[in-house]
Amino acid sequence: MNSELLYLTLTVGLYCLAKALHRRTRIALLHPVLVTFLVLILLLRSAGVDYAAYREATQLLDFGLGLSVVALGYLMYEQLDRMRGRLLPILVSTAVGCAVGVLSVVYIARAFGVERTVMTSLAPKSVTVPIAVSIVEPLGGIVPLTAVVVFCVGVFGSIVGERLLRLCGVHDPMACGFALGSAAHGVGTARAIEMGAVEGALSGLAMALMGLTTALLLPLMERWCY
Amino acid sequence: MTGLFWILLCWLLGNLLSRLCGGYVSGNVIGMLLLFVLLSLKWVRAEAVRPAARFLLSSMALFFVPFGVGLMVSYRIIAEHFWAIVAAAGISTIAVLAVTGRTFQWLNGKNDAGRK
Repeated sequence: MNSELLYLTLTVGLYCLAKALHRRTRIALLHPVLVTFLVLILLLRSAGVDYAAYREATQLLDFGLGLSVVALGYLMYEQLDRMRGRLLPILVSTAVGCAVGVLSVVYIARAFGVERTVMTSLAPKSVTVPIAVSIVEPLGGIVPLTAVVVFCVGVFGSIVGERLLRLCGVHDPMACGFALGSAAHGVGTARAIEMGAVEGALSGLAMALMGLTTALLLPLMERWCY
Repeated sequence: MTGLFWILLCWLLGNLLSRLCGGYVSGNVIGMLLLFVLLSLKWVRAEAVRPAARFLLSSMALFFVPFGVGLMVSYRIIAEHFWAIVAAAGISTIAVLAVTGRTFQWLNGKNDAGRK
C-alpha cells in the first residue's frame, strides 16, 4: 500500500515540479510531460522497480484519463454557439483531417517496411492521447508507443504550426486554430490559446471532433485501407 | 460534485453501449458524446458540470504520464523503427496542418461570403 502511494505521489510531484520548471524556462522542448516521462523512467530504472508494479500503483491516473475523455464532451458543448452556421467547414475539415492524418502516417510507415502493430500504434497520432490510447488498445497496438508518439507529435505541431500555416497562406484565425487542434491536439490547443481566444476555442473543438471521428473511423480504415 | 456524477454516469452508459455494439468504439468516447448531447439538450446544466470538467481537462496531461513511462519496456521497438516513426509522424503532422487549415479557410470564407 505504501509503495503504491509512493509512486503516485512521486508522479504527481514530479509533474508539478516539471510544470514549474517549464513556466520558468519557456522552452517548448522542456515540456513538463516529457520531463516527467524521462525522470520517472530514470528513477524507476535505477531503483530496480519494474513497469508492471508502477502501472499497478498508478491505476488511479488511468481512471482520471477515462474521465477526462468524457469531459471533452463539455469542451464541445462550450463551442456549440460557434458551431452554428459553420457546420460545413467544421465537419468537412474534420473528416479530411482525420483521413489525411491516419492514412498518410500509415502509408509512410509502410513504405519504411514497419510491421503492422507499429502502424496501428501510429495511426491515431493526431488524436488527443487519452482517446488515441483507447482506440489503439482494442486494435492490438502498443499503447506506450502511441502515448509517446502522439505526445511528441503535439509538441512538434505546436512548435511548427504557426509558421507553417502562414507559409501555406492560412490567415483566418478560425482556420489556424482549427488546424492546430486537428494536428497537434491538446498541446496545439495550449499554443492556440496563446494566439487568441478564437484560435483557442476552435482548436479545442477540433481536438474533440478529431478524437471522436478517428475513434469511429479508424477501426474501419484498419480493416479496409491498410 | 454533481458534475462528477454526470460524467461518471455518461461513462457508465457509454460502457454499456460500447458492449452492446461489440466494443467497436470505447465506452469513454461514447460517454463524451452522451455528455455533449445531454448538455446541448439542456437536460444537464452546464454550470453543474463545469468545475469537474475543467479540473479533468486541465489535468489530462498528468493522467497519461504512466503510459509514457511504459517506454521503459517498449523502447526497443521505437529504437528499431526510429527514423520510420519520426519521418511518418513528422510529414503526416505537416500534411494535417496544411490540409485542415486550407480546407477550413476555404469553406469558412465561402460561408461568410454567402452570408453577406
